[in-house]
Amino acid sequence: MSDEPLLSLKNIKVTFGGVRALKGVSFEVNPGEVHCLAGENGCGKSTLIKVITGVYKPQEGAEFFFDGKAISAMTPTLAQSLGIQVIWQDLALFGEMTVAENIGFQYAVNGKYGLVDKRAIEEAARKALSRLGVSIDIHLPLKELPIAQRQIVAIARALVGEARLVFMDEPTASLTQSETDYLIDIVRNLSASGVAVVFVSHRLAEVLEISDRMTVLRDGALVGVFPVEGMTQSRVTELMTGRNFDSSVVAADHDDAQVVLSVRGLTRATEFEDISFDLRRGETLGITGLLGAGRTELALTLFGMHRPQAGEIAIEGKTVKFGSNRDAIRAGVGYLSEDRLSLGLNQPQSIADNLVMASLDKLLSGGMISPVKKASVVSHWISALGVKIGTPDDPIRTLSGGNQQRVAIAKWLAIGPKILILDAPTVGVDVGARAGIFEIVRKLAAQGLAIILISDEPPEVYFNADRIIHMVEGRIRATYDPRHLSLTELESAVYA
Amino acid sequence: MRRLILGHTTEFTLLAVMVVLCVGLSLATDRFFTISNAFDVLNVSAVNIIFAVGLLVVLISGGIDISFAVAASVVQYITALALGALGGGNWAEGFIIAGAIGIGLGLINAALVYRLHIISIVATISTFNIFFGLLMFFTKGVSIYDLPEWLTTRVVFFEREMADGSWIELTLPVVVMILCCLATWFMISRTTIGRQLYAFGDNPEGARRFGINIAAMHYISFGWMGLMAGIAGLMQAHYAEEVVPNALYGRELDVLAATVLGGARLGGGKGSVIGCVLGVLMVSITQNGLNLMGVSPFAFKMIVGAIILIAITLSSARIDKLFPFLATDSTKRKGTHQ
Repeated sequence: MSDEPLLSLKNIKVTFGGVRALKGVSFEVNPGEVHCLAGENGCGKSTLIKVITGVYKPQEGAEFFFDGKAISAMTPTLAQSLGIQVIWQDLALFGEMTVAENIGFQYAVNGKYGLVDKRAIEEAARKALSRLGVSIDIHLPLKELPIAQRQIVAIARALVGEARLVFMDEPTASLTQSETDYLIDIVRNLSASGVAVVFVSHRLAEVLEISDRMTVLRDGALVGVFPVEGMTQSRVTELMTGRNFDSSVVAADHDDAQVVLSVRGLTRATEFEDISFDLRRGETLGITGLLGAGRTELALTLFGMHRPQAGEIAIEGKTVKFGSNRDAIRAGVGYLSEDRLSLGLNQPQSIADNLVMASLDKLLSGGMISPVKKASVVSHWISALGVKIGTPDDPIRTLSGGNQQRVAIAKWLAIGPKILILDAPTVGVDVGARAGIFEIVRKLAAQGLAIILISDEPPEVYFNADRIIHMVEGRIRATYDPRHLSLTELESAVYA
Repeated sequence: MRRLILGHTTEFTLLAVMVVLCVGLSLATDRFFTISNAFDVLNVSAVNIIFAVGLLVVLISGGIDISFAVAASVVQYITALALGALGGGNWAEGFIIAGAIGIGLGLINAALVYRLHIISIVATISTFNIFFGLLMFFTKGVSIYDLPEWLTTRVVFFEREMADGSWIELTLPVVVMILCCLATWFMISRTTIGRQLYAFGDNPEGARRFGINIAAMHYISFGWMGLMAGIAGLMQAHYAEEVVPNALYGRELDVLAATVLGGARLGGGKGSVIGCVLGVLMVSITQNGLNLMGVSPFAFKMIVGAIILIAITLSSARIDKLFPFLATDSTKRKGTHQ
């Protein structure tokens, strides 16, 4: 590694309408390095990326060097021509176009005589993909690729622009473990070929695996730059949040409690097979497994959205046959969807409207929704779950991921459920806020709610569930008690 | 070949439905399966195909236009008046005037959508009413019959008497239609502007981040639609040998249905010229066949509607969803895991 940093920023200050988003941050990336930029949502990570790519201007006194040369005013075009590329979380790809067109899109924009040079596009696409050491059929429409391969297409597109510094914003947020491993290999290839990669991620395990150094931001200020070697997840969490979270197994026995949900031989062809378990009052049952293990499919069936082909579901001893999820809700089953952004919450609507969405019939007074009842339900749950809001009439999209998730949970608590299914409740939620979500889960369980906690991150079920079901290809592989195995044992079983 | 079919499923499905329809009609009537009838269908469809390829460009860029058919009426009327004022004019002047007015009306739509941020369906429903209202108000609904002679004289590029005594004719509207199709095809699939239109319709935010000129996308797509509407208006006047202010009123929905039938996606990013042509022809062939079979014209709309519904269901739904027994194991697994 050369001594001269590729990118060097000092004293970066950015203020938005009186709010100081960055308070004199410095940041350095070496050539060919894999660097992690860590911090909770709102800590200034994306603001910093936007300063580096010229979207925002820093205030007076900032120093900006790229490749040893001082940059007085960065602009998006200058950033591109210097080889600074950002792969945004939402990828900004074109679904209807082919892989080749997506990768070589700049040739489709800057063709000679305004004509499209199909050969140049395909050539560029092949070159970029082979540099990444992957083979994808470049003639396929992008929308037919799984999300992990789209990620690769986005990276390949950055390479076409002769990238020297690539920012990856939450690249693994929607990937499974094996896809993440694949991506990590690709990042290593990139770094070996001299491209510096800045990884922005919530998922600490992979950050620790891949990075050389990490820069941690908190509340717009630099916490420090640390070598990754010897760093532990809990240490990083502490640096990011400034708080100390101790994780310990909370599992307890519930053998005397009443069985709330009893599932026997539940089967849906190609989704899951012969699933049987009991869930008792106050118990938290963790379900883990890789994507495609049938976890979400099972949850949707328990929630009445799909009908089982065989087996039965009994709630409090009575066999139930759900015709739709309305029946399930009436029977006291709540389901927190795994995709909060598009399925779980109605983003433009207000916090209050989202919160009462599933429990409108409880608010009726003479056939109309009573504003008084609605307001009292809303304020009750907002204070019970500690949601930080301005007013209940603000659109839900103005809230942070963690607070949105609390509202989504409150939505289901408002129906007065007996069973609550939480499907990947921490996706897109900060480390600090995650702890808050699990605190709520524990409190609800202590109040007697039966909870099914679905997650593809083994530590989440390990530290928060009483029992863990491990699903593989639609079947229950094993049931574990967190008190009788170590986290490492659980992880190696899941990732085996 | 396999890739060609997979990449154009809609077009191939449509073609298959059309072949079935044609075979059926050939068996039902003895006059359907003749070359002269095929040319009839082409002559009748020419104006709608010109409209359709214009609309295609707007749909690809993620917009929609409801106003183009009445815009074409406005173009016809003003062009007829302007040619009269010029003392008759000729084809070149006719095309220039009609094209320019058409583009102007298209740019009004683009400005409403881009500058005032009105979504395109609302903006063009408004201009649909404004254009039509102004036209009817100023013309009082009066048609123009004394068009210049060159405009109403049939221009035939190729004609021949067939063995059975029927005539085949390749007329001006068909030739213009073919040129419009070729020009649109070239623009959307061979130029950088075309690729940017697809990209913008597919993912507007992604296109913006790439530095695509969003204003240009609006003005080009609606401008192209306007140009095609102007040309189609002139061809309609030539074909009908008169200018009737409300003659094209209602055409917009027929053309929209045919274009979407041909695989253009409402919402942007997808569609092809060949699909448009097939979509319009599909509707025309159905009407033509019903005519030849002697079906009451009052039943036409109903049957055409049903055919559109069937064709669009076949081309958009996954076969294994419509007919679960056809599904293979692999398609099933794919369905649950993606």
